[in-house]
Amino acid sequence: MGVGAAEAQFHVLAVDDSIIDRKLIERLLKTSSYQVTAVDSGSKALEFLGLNDQDDQGTIAEAPSVSLNNQHQDVDVNLIITDYCMPGMTGYDLLKKIKESKFLKDIPVVIMSSENEPSRINRCLEEGAEEFFLKPVKLSDVHKLRPHMMKGTSMEDEADIKGVEEIQSPEKTRTQYNGFDVVS
Amino acid sequence: MDRNQLRRQVAHMRSSLIEQNYLDQQQFVQLEDLEDDSNPNFVEEIVTLFYKDSSRLFQKIDQALHSIPMDFARLDDYMHQFKGSSSSIGAIKVKNECTQFKECCLAGNAEGCSRAFQRVKQEHEALKRQLETYFQLRRQAGLVQRS
Repeated sequence: MGVGAAEAQFHVLAVDDSIIDRKLIERLLKTSSYQVTAVDSGSKALEFLGLNDQDDQGTIAEAPSVSLNNQHQDVDVNLIITDYCMPGMTGYDLLKKIKESKFLKDIPVVIMSSENEPSRINRCLEEGAEEFFLKPVKLSDVHKLRPHMMKGTSMEDEADIKGVEEIQSPEKTRTQYNGFDVVS
Repeated sequence: MDRNQLRRQVAHMRSSLIEQNYLDQQQFVQLEDLEDDSNPNFVEEIVTLFYKDSSRLFQKIDQALHSIPMDFARLDDYMHQFKGSSSSIGAIKVKNECTQFKECCLAGNAEGCSRAFQRVKQEHEALKRQLETYFQLRRQAGLVQRS
């Protein structure tokens, strides 16, 4: 499968209200061989993830497109990278909703911000964000994402990344980060 | 002029734009590094997007500057968005003028805001002209990838 499998391997959901920043983050991620979906708001992100904005009780009703019983998930996202400052739902609000969701809480979340504010950074990290990137985001920042996507999968050894990309089959990767335990 | 000479011209113009602080070296060079065979025009595309989007924001800022009373929080918010985009494409001088504007908003200085906005627009326009020339040069040099 080679390159095809590697490119289909990790799917990142990028959230940013700025069209320029969406274009930039998309390019940065695609250059790093990630599949990218870019949306312009937190509510669109939740919609994409199958989480209804109003129902965040972590019940079955909240994610009709996700089946608890089998391994297949309609939406397969390995990492969410979101801007902090957005109208309506901020990146922090989005982070909270994801971490409060039974289905989504294990998806790693990264926050981006143009403000280097320690209190903001700490708040996000405490809420469960894996990283906090200062904008403009660089390629070196994007390189930090891979270990977070690898966590919780069977491929935790970073030294094997290159080898794994070649042999990994799509079916196996699809069950990585779906918020509930799947035993194949 | 042969291709090598044109390429040298492009490199020279890039250095000059960086030296004059029109562009941030690290950010702009990274943008160019993101170009490849399948995305040969990424920089021009994102810059074009920037100018389209800034046109939209400038209209909003203009309107807000003419509203009475002046809504400084709203102005600050618009400028914050524009500043972010400027920073993303590495537009230093433009970004610095945005900071000035935001300081006037913070101080509730209406006249200061108007003046600062004029400067933002001037730098924005100056950069646009420079980049138009730069992209034209790149096209002439047949550059689809950074050498």
